[in-house]
Amino acid sequence: MRRVVLAVFSVIFIYPFVIQIANAFKTDPDAAANPLSPIPHPATLAGFERVFLGTDMPIWLGNSLLVTVVVTLGRVLLDSMAGYALARLRFRGRRGLFVTVVAVIAVPGVVLFIPKFLVLNQLGMYDSYLALILPLVADAAGVFVMKQFFESIPHGVEEAARMDGAGTFRVFWSVVLPMARPALVTLTILSFQSSWNEFPHTLVAVQDPGLFTLPRGLADLVSGSLGGGSQFPLKLGAALLATIPVAIIFVVFQRYFIRDQNEGAEKG
Amino acid sequence: MRSRTRENLAGWLFVAPVVVILGLFVLLPILMAFWVSLTGWNGQGSPFRAGVPFVGGENYARLFAEEGLARENFMTSIRNNIYYVGAVVPLQTALALFLALAVNKRKTFFRTAFYFPSVTSSVAISVVFLFLFANSGAVNQLLAFVGVDGPQWFSDPRGVIHLLLGEPPAALTEHGLLGLTWWDWLSGPSVAMCAIIVLVVWTTAGTFMLMFLAALQNIPKTLDEAAEIDGASRRQRFWRVTLPQLKPTMFLVLTLGLIGTWQVFDQIYVMSQGDPAKTTLTPAFLSYRTAFRDFDYGAGTAISFVLFLIIVLLTLFQRWVMRERRA
Repeated sequence: MRRVVLAVFSVIFIYPFVIQIANAFKTDPDAAANPLSPIPHPATLAGFERVFLGTDMPIWLGNSLLVTVVVTLGRVLLDSMAGYALARLRFRGRRGLFVTVVAVIAVPGVVLFIPKFLVLNQLGMYDSYLALILPLVADAAGVFVMKQFFESIPHGVEEAARMDGAGTFRVFWSVVLPMARPALVTLTILSFQSSWNEFPHTLVAVQDPGLFTLPRGLADLVSGSLGGGSQFPLKLGAALLATIPVAIIFVVFQRYFIRDQNEGAEKG
Repeated sequence: MRSRTRENLAGWLFVAPVVVILGLFVLLPILMAFWVSLTGWNGQGSPFRAGVPFVGGENYARLFAEEGLARENFMTSIRNNIYYVGAVVPLQTALALFLALAVNKRKTFFRTAFYFPSVTSSVAISVVFLFLFANSGAVNQLLAFVGVDGPQWFSDPRGVIHLLLGEPPAALTEHGLLGLTWWDWLSGPSVAMCAIIVLVVWTTAGTFMLMFLAALQNIPKTLDEAAEIDGASRRQRFWRVTLPQLKPTMFLVLTLGLIGTWQVFDQIYVMSQGDPAKTTLTPAFLSYRTAFRDFDYGAGTAISFVLFLIIVLLTLFQRWVMRERRA
């Protein structure tokens, strides 16, 4: 009984992806007539050809890659620096700052759309790579995670390094950071996943199609910039390109995703 | 003394980048938006320019007190979101718990399969579901197998209660509350909204399943075994032993769900843009549309602030109850 239930739910959770992959390789009429069939008949790359030659997909892919890499590197560095300071350095205003960081975590992203646009516009950054990247480069939740981690490592090592005359940054960079590898890997993966998937921020940061990331370009394709028919194989192919990188990361680093969720549950 | 100053300096240097970015793109925006919500700024030039009309609480009054399109749209979006929350929160919680119980002590394959949708791009998944719910798409073909004539998911604006009951009684269509008739309030989510509900439950159940799993693994086995020795049936053990142990997690999942469901945006943007006939309009999407399509930034930010207030209240409620529990 339990086995049957699990099998049924596995189909419910996996088959939509099978349909997505299969239909990306179908012709338009085949996809319209046999959406459920897992086998394209005939199989064709026409949808992908049109994605790459008929849309700005190559540009979107490039932009997504750029944004994801810069945002991920930035978050890992800046969040761990701030997390370290909050955990270990005794500076004036530290407690107040930590309370602010916790409050910022609770600020829902959706209410910031218009406000973020207002600031980007006021600063003259609207519609630029800077607008696309800079607001995402630090996140409060990452700071929180890193602070918790740094609090868990023993003081002794740092003190030894400091005795040898190393400065604060030196201690952080060459002694503490290497010990933080598991936390850094987790933060890297989660930052990669969230910045690769990020959509609403791009809506309020840029309007030039040359600056679109993949999710933004995909949303644009769906809301009618294609013209002429539903063209589902093309759209599903584009959606597949948006899914693959995260899928690979997920399969390779699964335990990091799942462990982080569990920690989140215990935190709450 | 000198080392004290140095540590202060080092601390602030370490946190400076994060402080600047969060200050510029979270705290400052909130203040600026509050100002804009009190003005009639139309997006031209700076909102701090001398010529921008200051309207005080007018933008907020238009949402609640004054008859007109602004209030009708806002109340419609609130109605839609209430239906959405009312469906998604119980369904995703129940499904998550069910899946957690089913995969507890099992191979990781199932865990991976159920969790995978929640790490993928919301835009990409929405595209897939648009295809599944197309008029002659996979869902309607499956329904046809069992002899059901599936609806035109994204063009039928009638609510599901309307579809079940047929034409509305006149008493309900003649009077109303806050700019919508009683029937508008009561006719249920449209089938388009139902499709979005299905999508969201399907994507988020995996995340909450992991939270339940973590909690299940912390329940001492001896507890269940003791109940079994005492002759409790499987069902009794679930309701009397397991479920009470899961109470804190259950509460966490429910409140995270409540907070998250008021923020639905990506799926609406990609799948329906608030259509058909505004039945998938939500406050988050409406605020975006009001500002960036109608260039009514004052009203758009006012909607954001009302939404902000709803979410902050839910968050405070959550933290308050969690604190009680810990004490």
